[in-house]
Amino acid sequence: MAAPHHVTLVFLAAAVLLLLGSAAAEEEGGPRGKRLLVLVDDLAVRSSHSAFFGSLQGRGFDLEFRLADDPKLSLHRYGQYLYDGLLLFAPSTQRFGGSVDQNAVLEFIDAGHDMILAADSSASDLIRGIATECGVDFDEDPEAMVIDHINYAATDAEGDHTLIAGDDLIQSDVILGSKKIEVLKVLSASPSAYSANPKTKLASPPSLTGSAISLVSVMQARNNARVLVSGSLDLFSNRFLKSGVQKAGSKISHEKAGNEQFVTETSKWVFHERGHLKALNVKHNKVGETNEPGMYRINDDLEYSVEIYEWSGTSWKPYVADDVQVQFYMMSPYVLKALSTDKKGVYSTSFKVPDVYGVFQFKVEYQRLGYTGLSLAKQIPVRPYRHNEYERFITSAYPYYAASFSMMGAFFIFSFVYLYHK
Amino acid sequence: MATAALESLPAPLRSTLRLKTKQQELLLRVSALALIYVLAFAVRLFSVLRYESMIHEFDPYFNYRTTLFLTEHGFSEFWNWFDSESWYPLGRVVGGTLFPGLMVTAALLHRLLRALSLAVHIREVCVLTAPFFAANTTLVAYAFGREIWDSGAGLVAAALIAVCPGYISRSVAGSYDNEGVAIFALLLTFYLFVRAVNTGSLAWSLASAFGYFYMVSAWGGYVFIINLLPLYVLVLLVTGRYSQRLYVAYNSTYVLGMLLAMQIRFVGFQHVQSGEHMAAMGVFFLLQVFFFLDWMKYLLNDAKLFKSFLRITLTCVITVGTLALGIGTASGYISPWTGRFYSLLDPTYAKDHIPIIASVSEHQPTAWSSFMFDFHILLFLFPAGLYFCFKRLSDATIFIVMYGLTSMYFAGVMVRLILVAAPAVCLISAIAASATIKNLTTLIRSKSRSPQTVSGKATGSKAAAKGAVDQSLPYQKNAAIVLLLGAFYLLSRYAVHCTWVTSEAYSSPSIVLAARGHNGGRVIFDDYREAYYWLRQNTPSDAKIMSWWDYGYQITAMGNRTVIVDNNTWNNTHIATVGRAMSSYEDEAYEIMQSLDVNYVLVVFGGVTGYSSDDINKFLWMVRIGGGVFPVIKEPDYLVNGEYRIDKGAAPKMLNCLMYKLCYYRFGELTTEYGKPPGYDRVRGVEIGNKDIKLEYLEEAFTTSNWIVRIYKVKPPKNRS
Repeated sequence: MAAPHHVTLVFLAAAVLLLLGSAAAEEEGGPRGKRLLVLVDDLAVRSSHSAFFGSLQGRGFDLEFRLADDPKLSLHRYGQYLYDGLLLFAPSTQRFGGSVDQNAVLEFIDAGHDMILAADSSASDLIRGIATECGVDFDEDPEAMVIDHINYAATDAEGDHTLIAGDDLIQSDVILGSKKIEVLKVLSASPSAYSANPKTKLASPPSLTGSAISLVSVMQARNNARVLVSGSLDLFSNRFLKSGVQKAGSKISHEKAGNEQFVTETSKWVFHERGHLKALNVKHNKVGETNEPGMYRINDDLEYSVEIYEWSGTSWKPYVADDVQVQFYMMSPYVLKALSTDKKGVYSTSFKVPDVYGVFQFKVEYQRLGYTGLSLAKQIPVRPYRHNEYERFITSAYPYYAASFSMMGAFFIFSFVYLYHK
Repeated sequence: MATAALESLPAPLRSTLRLKTKQQELLLRVSALALIYVLAFAVRLFSVLRYESMIHEFDPYFNYRTTLFLTEHGFSEFWNWFDSESWYPLGRVVGGTLFPGLMVTAALLHRLLRALSLAVHIREVCVLTAPFFAANTTLVAYAFGREIWDSGAGLVAAALIAVCPGYISRSVAGSYDNEGVAIFALLLTFYLFVRAVNTGSLAWSLASAFGYFYMVSAWGGYVFIINLLPLYVLVLLVTGRYSQRLYVAYNSTYVLGMLLAMQIRFVGFQHVQSGEHMAAMGVFFLLQVFFFLDWMKYLLNDAKLFKSFLRITLTCVITVGTLALGIGTASGYISPWTGRFYSLLDPTYAKDHIPIIASVSEHQPTAWSSFMFDFHILLFLFPAGLYFCFKRLSDATIFIVMYGLTSMYFAGVMVRLILVAAPAVCLISAIAASATIKNLTTLIRSKSRSPQTVSGKATGSKAAAKGAVDQSLPYQKNAAIVLLLGAFYLLSRYAVHCTWVTSEAYSSPSIVLAARGHNGGRVIFDDYREAYYWLRQNTPSDAKIMSWWDYGYQITAMGNRTVIVDNNTWNNTHIATVGRAMSSYEDEAYEIMQSLDVNYVLVVFGGVTGYSSDDINKFLWMVRIGGGVFPVIKEPDYLVNGEYRIDKGAAPKMLNCLMYKLCYYRFGELTTEYGKPPGYDRVRGVEIGNKDIKLEYLEEAFTTSNWIVRIYKVKPPKNRS
């Protein structure tokens, strides 16, 4: 009786393992996980911004709404992060609840997670601090708003002209894009905008004017964590997503503002549903061989290949570009060559090892706007010739060979004659 | 007991065991030599007893590492070894840039012991190689002494050199350095050459050439041989002592030795291409001319004709020689003298031109005290020995006189060349000691006994002659006894001094430090090994460590990690780059470290323990070497009115440079000595000037228990910036 029972148990266990395995595989498919934490000031945001959240959930994200000052708030447990991304929709929060503070959020990003931060005209010091750490500075005046008396939206005509119709979007297919380190202004204000407190009178010229103001910025950190900082929480709200817009002074009235498309696309980018590259199978070998050697010799001919794929949102597709380069690098690049692709993801090239020995690196530094940065380095020593790898006989030295051998022969004969000739 | 045992033996056997005087002397000599051999080995084991069987200092670690490689991978791999773990990212062609003699010797010894089924680790072989060769040196010294004077002088020379501190300093157990075998090879070459000159035999010349080959394979000091031999030949020519024996000895030794030496990759074509070796070649040609002229003189048999012929030949030869040398030098075929060679001839040269040579403590000019320390009574016996040599001038004594005088000069220029002078000083002193004692004993004996009982025929007759002359002096015997006692007293003091020096001064491995605690007990600081093992265990295997070059060999050998620069100071620019990084502000240094892919920075700091040869004391050399290549680093920026300070009055650049920050990070919180403020540096004896050190681009990774070695991790670039 016991034996079959036992067997079923094992089977069960195996099945569970299999299930787990397949689940993990599915999880691994994408570059990022799907668990997002949404921190809000007020749970009303959940309904007022439901369209945006709906689009996220529709793409398979698992949202968890928490009040920003929830005392049980925690980003990680037992050294593991509980979430893969963060939506900070709590502009006025002075302090987070639980163990979360500014550093915790920054560490979360530095651990390679993504974040959307929405500020407001009433953004708290905490939110400003986080944004500053991500390279976005707000106007020092907490009440300041961006005002544009020319490119305002027609619906805002009676007000302060703080509702702006912008179309200075960044030219990038991948995001609306981003680049490492630098903070990019995804949506920058038009040249006529300025930043000021609309309630007060303008005494001195505003410090921030024109297109230096960015309304929405994105940042991609060195570890490819992506952060979007929006100056306005309302940008994501249902009202702005659905409403039409007419630029003041413009005849064309848009049935629907670009906001919905804008936030959807940027959020896709932020959460790595697009513009994510991965490189695998870095291989190098001598021409005519397949094994990777531990060391090259000077003047060897070698082949280098790497596979690069792009995440399309659902699957990994071969990445096709003609500007991927490899460097053969020792303090400075000795060889810099463009890699050619077979359109199936494999990039390869071949070149001759320079006539210099030392510890080289194969370096691929691929930083393109909107894509995650690829930074591959593989160390490989290059040695000089061994003592028996030089040419054994040099043609131009034949006179010397002849001279020495004839000398030796003649000396032998001479000694022989000298000693025995009498 | 012994006599009783002898009596009990049967009569014929008894008579055979009763030795004749000559046999007795032989037995005495052999047993004395054997005892000296054992003594020379045993006295060098203090370091093993005091500490443990370990490799000492800096360079020996590289030698040990290469020997290990040789035993593990075989000779072919060793010969072609490209080491990617040092001089990152340049790498070092180890096989072509070292003298393989030492490693090959140790590996052969190891293999021999293995073949005798003695399962010893290669480290033990390495540790004991130097004492073993020092013991062998005593045998060579005996033979050499016998060759130039007599067997008595040989025995004294062997005894003197067995314990001479100047030699022991580089040959204690664990001091696994080239010099350990090279002094043996040097003396052997000289002995064989003198022997060849004395006999005029091709066989001895050949042996001398092979001795030279071994020397070339073992140490760069072979340049001394290749310059001393031609100088010696030249002196013999000038003094009219030219002979066929000399011709055979020098020519065959030079030609064969040169060809053999070319087989060493590191030496290569230097014998025909470098200015340092040109003297030997010039003398070689000169000898041919001399021989030719001699022959012509014999053929012509006419003084007048020969004189004009001589004039023509000499003019031609000198013109051709000068032209060849001039063209060779101008075309760059013959390389000019190297800085090291210049600094030997002109002691002030390195100080002005090559800071990297001047920065090494063993390249400093020798102080008088260290002569006294290393030679003791030999310093007084040496002139006496010279006197004896001049009294009995021969080809051999001329050689030892020249060896003694030149090496003494070089010993005065550089501390470490005392080592080269040591055998010569011992030999010449041995002549003095032996001759004096022999004279005194013959005086004592000549009165009481007739000369026939005195051992040795030559000395006996000489003593008889002397005795006859000296008969007239009163109290002669008493005076001789007093003098003899004095001589023995001096020699015993020498033995005591040598033992004391060996045990106290020269047996420290310098990688483990010992100090006396407050209560007189010994305190051991094992911080170096602690730090290197930490590196080995806790850093990624391809981590690059930046430190001052002194510690490079030790880090690669013990820590098994890649270093930027090490003790093989072949690339001055690379060392200057490290010097520049150490003397820059942190942010500038960070850029340099990034460009060199540095992961960890290691500094040595003695402020807590009072260990004075730390990086802060070496720092000015880093500034000088760095400034020599990168003029942005200026020495006056680190000094206050020409004074090197680290306290509050120090230069601002000094207080904020990387080296200062890394050494004194968190030091301001530490109280090192009772009654002193926190942050009191016990080496410099001051309170440090910058106690609030914040590091932006580096973080402390490890500090050893006595703070001697501090390791910092270079942070990766900021994630968001």
